[in-house]
Amino acid sequence: MSNDTLTVEAATIADADIFSQRQALSAHLPEWFRSLQQAHWARYLELPEPRRLDERWRFANLRRLQDIGRFSPTPFERPEADDLVERAQVVENCAGRLLFVDDNLAAAREMDPELEKQGVIFTTLGDALNRHGDLVKKYFMAETPDLGSEKYEALHVALLRSGVFLYVPDNVEVKRPFVVYNFTQRNGGAIFPHTLFVTGRNARATLVDYQAAASPDTEHLVIANAHIHTGDGAESHHRIIQNWNERTLSFQLNTNNAQRDSQAKSIIVNIGSAQARQEVHGKIFGSGSNVEMYSVNVPTGEQEFDQRTLQTHIAPNSRSDLLFKNALLDQTRTIFSGLIIVEENAQQTDAYQTNNNLMLSEEAESNSLPGLEIKANDVKCSHGATTGRIDESNMFYFLARGIPPAGARELLVFGFLEEIIQKFETPAMAEHVRSLLAAKFHL
Amino acid sequence: MSTLEIRNLNVSIAGTPILRDFNLTVPKGEVHALMGPNGTGKSTLAKALAGHEDYTIESGEILFDGENIIGEEPDVISRAGLFMAFQYPSEIPGVTIANFIRAALTARMEEGQRFDAPAYYKELYAKMDSLKIDRQFTSRSVNEGFSGGEKKRCEILQMAMLKPKYAIMDETDSGLDIDALRIVAGGVNAMRGPDLGILVITHYQRLLDYIVPDRVHVMYEGRIVESGDAELAKKLELNGYDWVKENFAAATV
Repeated sequence: MSNDTLTVEAATIADADIFSQRQALSAHLPEWFRSLQQAHWARYLELPEPRRLDERWRFANLRRLQDIGRFSPTPFERPEADDLVERAQVVENCAGRLLFVDDNLAAAREMDPELEKQGVIFTTLGDALNRHGDLVKKYFMAETPDLGSEKYEALHVALLRSGVFLYVPDNVEVKRPFVVYNFTQRNGGAIFPHTLFVTGRNARATLVDYQAAASPDTEHLVIANAHIHTGDGAESHHRIIQNWNERTLSFQLNTNNAQRDSQAKSIIVNIGSAQARQEVHGKIFGSGSNVEMYSVNVPTGEQEFDQRTLQTHIAPNSRSDLLFKNALLDQTRTIFSGLIIVEENAQQTDAYQTNNNLMLSEEAESNSLPGLEIKANDVKCSHGATTGRIDESNMFYFLARGIPPAGARELLVFGFLEEIIQKFETPAMAEHVRSLLAAKFHL
Repeated sequence: MSTLEIRNLNVSIAGTPILRDFNLTVPKGEVHALMGPNGTGKSTLAKALAGHEDYTIESGEILFDGENIIGEEPDVISRAGLFMAFQYPSEIPGVTIANFIRAALTARMEEGQRFDAPAYYKELYAKMDSLKIDRQFTSRSVNEGFSGGEKKRCEILQMAMLKPKYAIMDETDSGLDIDALRIVAGGVNAMRGPDLGILVITHYQRLLDYIVPDRVHVMYEGRIVESGDAELAKKLELNGYDWVKENFAAATV
């Protein structure tokens, strides 16, 4: 990657006045938001780049991070994207749909009018800031992952100008998923998708963040955030299908915040990106809650998937379960660094953390750094990481039934991944994920 | 030529000879039983026939309807029509029985041939019913968490669906209680016919009360030392394997 591959002549992140240029275009947003952006811009400039010796960046490829200044925040415009509107049909009959191309809304917002009557808000962050400013203010960046990408988080807040706000009021249950599509299109573009997903008391909803590229050949920087706030007795399901193109440097910085007696469940599927850095922090604020964090990852070529997680148990008598599974091909690298923190008051915690790596190539490399930090004395915690290859006796069983080696291998790998895929409640979604993963094996 | 014919087969594992000039012919339409004490090479024969790479074939021929299959890959041998029911079937997480058998069937289809899913499920369910396997097992992972009896019934189900020309049943009776044994034997008996040759490998005579063999062979130290009809199995049961050892140990040195 070098500068001369970029064809866009737009102001880049490195330009001195990029921030003031962008702010001039968001004069319509609330003052508190604009000052917050200002503060984050200052923070972005101030914070150092990640350093090799920083434990939070251990094993990560830092080279790509050094030249993010050459990417250009995408211009405000109505995108030409009829074909992408067509592609944004992964879930039929969804509760609502928003479609962004390069951070610009590319199709009219869709939402079940019945839900509108019940007080459900599903709209762009910009619209929500203007119409539900106080509500957004209460949650916006209220929690942060704190896992190493603070500089990029600051850049995200400073330059973000769109995103999604989903708010499901108390006692409203929505079975069908809300789906948000984000596509990258303009070569050299930088986008900053933001998802803020709030469920009130005893509410229930599912949000799918579907991330993809218009074409495979363009270069992009994506710094995305998703913050899930699950209220007392509520149930939230958040899914991310990360399928940016393979010339994209992507960040996904998430928090998963669970209040009393809630169920907060998230799944991340990693398919695309040249390098994907993901930070997920599950915060258990309320007792009796259950936080599930799952991820399934199939890197190919020279992809690097770098995942850092935290499960922080602040309240007692709760459960968290993390399972991240990687099937590595070619010359890929994965990094899993996970920590469970059980605070003093969080007695009767059940916390689990597992990272399984299936090595499908001699040249692939998985790095696993599981950890525990327990300050309470009455807890059940386990963590573990495994790394292995396809079991030869299982392989022989398939061959002995006449299944050729390539097909046998694929079925065995899918069997390994299926444990996560099964957690998608929507069969169409699970099937779509299977097809995306399958495509990675036919390179 | 409708036979599975094994001629002067010598097989070693990691340099140790196991089968020594082994000879056996199983014609289609017949059930042969291969009996013998533990460690005498019965399972080695099964694995070698199936083409397992850990079993080195030093010399000899395995003629499948006249065609030598030595050197072929295990999946090729299977598609040619050989089925091995495993003594210890693998547990495969995340792959359902329905998908597993389907993959095995589609691997046998001609290019351009379409898989008829409704017909497949109809046949699968009918066969599951006759083997008393709950239909919900189609969506369970292959053998994962199955009891010994469930695993063996699942092997027979696969055999019934794949319709081999020759089947090798490796200690299919091990780990089965009497009810499971009856069901498994019933499944095998239902498949008996002019188009299938079966070799039943067993340590005990018990299974042969339910699957009555046309021929019985006694194996000792890597080769067949005695052959006869079903009565031979009863004689073995009566006299035990010491009788084999006493009579044939000297001959094999």
